[in-house]
Amino acid sequence: MKSFIEYIVSIFKGLWTLLIGMKVTGKYFFTPWKNVTQQYPENREKLVMFERFRGEVIMLHNENNEHSCNGCGICEINCPNGSIEIISKSILTADGKKKRIIDQHIYHLGMCTLCNLCVKACPSGALAMGQNFEHAVWDRSLLTKVLNQEGSTIAENVKEE
Amino acid sequence: MSEIKEIMFNSDRLATDEYLVNMGPQHPSTHGVLRMLVKLEGEKVLNIQPHIGYIHSGIEKMCEAISYPQIIHLTDRMDYLSAHMNNEAVALCVENALQVEVPERVKYIRTIMDELARLASHQLWWCVMGMDLGALTTFFYGLRDREMILDIFEETCGARLTVNYNLPGGVMFDIHPNFQKRVKDFITYFRKKLPEYDQLLTGNVIFRERTEGIGHLSLADAIAYGVTGPSGRASGFSNDLRKHQPYSAYPLVKFNEILDHRCDTLARYEVRMKEMHESLSIIEQLIDNIPEGDYAVKMKSVIKLPEGEFYQRVETARGEFGVYIVSDGKKNPYRVKFRSPGFSNLFALNNMAKGHKIADLVAIMSTLDLVIPDIDR
Amino acid sequence: MGFNFYDFTALTHNIHVGLVEGFSPFMATTLEWVIVGTAYLLFVALFGLLLVYAERKVCAAFQQRLGPMRVGYWGLLQTIADFIKLLMKELIMPRKADRFLYNLAPFIVIIASFLAIAVIPFAPGLQSLDFDIGLFYLTSVSSVGVIGILLAGWSSNNKYSLIGAMRSGAQILSYELSVSLSLLTMIVFAGSMQFSTIVEGQRDGWYLFTGHIPSLVAFIVFLIAGTAETNRGPFDLAEAESELTAGFHTEYSGIKFAFFFLAEYINLFIISAVAATVFLGGWMPLHFGHLEAFNHAMDVIPPLVWFFLKVFGVIFIIMWFKWTFPRLRVDQILTLEWKYLLPINLINILLMAFIVLTKFHF
Ligand code: SF4
Ligand code: SF4
Repeated sequence: MKSFIEYIVSIFKGLWTLLIGMKVTGKYFFTPWKNVTQQYPENREKLVMFERFRGEVIMLHNENNEHSCNGCGICEINCPNGSIEIISKSILTADGKKKRIIDQHIYHLGMCTLCNLCVKACPSGALAMGQNFEHAVWDRSLLTKVLNQEGSTIAENVKEE
Repeated sequence: MSEIKEIMFNSDRLATDEYLVNMGPQHPSTHGVLRMLVKLEGEKVLNIQPHIGYIHSGIEKMCEAISYPQIIHLTDRMDYLSAHMNNEAVALCVENALQVEVPERVKYIRTIMDELARLASHQLWWCVMGMDLGALTTFFYGLRDREMILDIFEETCGARLTVNYNLPGGVMFDIHPNFQKRVKDFITYFRKKLPEYDQLLTGNVIFRERTEGIGHLSLADAIAYGVTGPSGRASGFSNDLRKHQPYSAYPLVKFNEILDHRCDTLARYEVRMKEMHESLSIIEQLIDNIPEGDYAVKMKSVIKLPEGEFYQRVETARGEFGVYIVSDGKKNPYRVKFRSPGFSNLFALNNMAKGHKIADLVAIMSTLDLVIPDIDR
Repeated sequence: MGFNFYDFTALTHNIHVGLVEGFSPFMATTLEWVIVGTAYLLFVALFGLLLVYAERKVCAAFQQRLGPMRVGYWGLLQTIADFIKLLMKELIMPRKADRFLYNLAPFIVIIASFLAIAVIPFAPGLQSLDFDIGLFYLTSVSSVGVIGILLAGWSSNNKYSLIGAMRSGAQILSYELSVSLSLLTMIVFAGSMQFSTIVEGQRDGWYLFTGHIPSLVAFIVFLIAGTAETNRGPFDLAEAESELTAGFHTEYSGIKFAFFFLAEYINLFIISAVAATVFLGGWMPLHFGHLEAFNHAMDVIPPLVWFFLKVFGVIFIIMWFKWTFPRLRVDQILTLEWKYLLPINLINILLMAFIVLTKFHF
């Protein structure tokens, strides 16, 4: 008899736990305004990434199209996967001295693991992390970028290498 | 392979009741590219032979060629759900080798981040556990709540999964001004949601039937296989490194090591559920008292470890994670070995699942909480 | 000929008379078959698509998502797009598969569903088969489907498929019992197996209410067993995604896969329609004994709407099950049937017989 009562009790207990579970899902079903879906391409305007979000490495340029990279190559050394290549060139300064400056700061986005080490290592603070995350392109070669903009020069106050 | 061939083409053996099924490398419940050669008799599992290495990425070998700060960012990619703890293990190892004392603030930040990562990992484990058992809705509830933690990570560390937040000597950035508020919001929010987890899955009669008494792993076996983390603790194996070998701010907080002596799938499940409560309370104890100070000590730009061998272990969400560095005094290590919890835990599977049904195998595997890159490294 | 939205008897009768008068008897019968067949085909295809859409939306709502939103307004055309995609997919034939059976299986499954749908009374006069063993016929033809599933599992030459098929065989055979017994309880109560009589009997109140506790128990048992019979979660062992990848239809692709998919949803409809008809009065509006005004107000809503409201209600509950509960294990499924549902059912029938004999019902 005891086991029979246990049997009956187990049925009702089991049903009860099932109903509790249904209550939880039911609660969400009937409160559809709490939905968490974000409709991505539609909400592009409203989508603001966090300021520290690491989307890509960029080089900061000021309004005079000046950057502060002196071509020291520390970022290249610090990159764990060789995503950065520094190509420098020699120029003659006004007072006739030879000087090495950055020619192309080449950045392979396709290889970058966005580890932030280059940004951290750069002694002159030339690099930063951009918030753009829409990197899809049709051709892989487009992922190789030159970070110093066309015609940009090195800012005045940057200390020499 | 030869075994399969033999069975496939040898008609004598075809006549027996046993047969082999390849679960994986592409299988919904292995959560990655794990392949298991399962010997079945009807629905009964007779033997499981895990085959690993499908996503071997050679991280240990790669580490030999790069510098110590760079190693940290590779450890993100092993057990990506415990990225913080992995990072911390390497950072601690390097700090110990150099005998650098990090500021108190760093310890606090690291501990909070660890616990947040543990919570996020357990949340994901919970949703996947439900999904493996066929309760698909849990998946979305778990991910919904995990999203808040990932947002916290993203705001402070800049990334959601592969955070790379630790550096030898500290952390990469100071915490974001919103950090404390967000964490506290999350705690209040999640305290409300956790009972829902229990209502949906823990209490459910079907769930209990599916897990109770399934996948028994005795204490002796757990120790023999080196099953650590929540899986080991559910067998009564007291192995919480946060208690036994406290690092960072763990000596300063009060928390319980969750132990369970039932040794079954349900025990492993409940240990993790209780650990989430513990993690919440650890974060609560720390979040308001983060001391002022630097977020990193200044290290040399090229970090060289003294010659010798160094070992550091931490408690990740899956168990004991160890970093073993052999240095010959250069800026990159001579050899690095990671002791990953998933690897040891996986091989206890055969012991646990033998004699149970296929469905139980999936449930047991779920409670081991495997992350395949952690196994393959 | 007037179109009466409340009673289709005249309409169908007129069509029949028109055909018989306009054509030779042979042609008339053939044409009638074609018309009825096309109507059912159209209904099944459209309703299947609608159900798939509904399932996705309902499950999304349970999971705090939005579900398909892109194709058409609120994703309304999503399932149609999916269907077109399935039509264009390559049909894969596994090596060493049993060709004939492999191709035959989806048809058996879908034909079984079609056979069953024939007796469902949608509205007065909107039912193609109405004979005195309607419920009996329904339970027998709906179990033909399991042959298709078994064949599919066997002929695919895939171990996952085979395990799935065997599971589903064991499951459907056992739950067939519960479905039949719970229906039997109601047959005892209604005193008839004919659908029209059953619906007519619920003019003054649905059997769910008039039959006291036994009919409530029978309803719950029927819901559980019905869910199991349609192979839906929490009883979806046959296609347990996390264990058997896709179970018995692992190897099927394209339109053959769509057949299985469609059949699953038609079965869902059939189970819900039977539950709605036997327990909730089918197309009969909600009536309460003597509340004349209320009854009249209810009569305004056409029977077809009533029917589908009830069907969707039951479908919603079954979906609710699926999106809440974990899956049972194969031995637990059999335990549930043989240790719980079967004894409950047997006692329930006794109780029902007692109630009917003592006339202790409304
Ligand atoms: S973010 Fe890391 S991987 Fe990317 S370029 Fe900088 S150092 Fe290299
Ligand atoms: S970006 Fe910074 S680290 Fe890299 S070359 Fe320029 S100045 Fe040096």
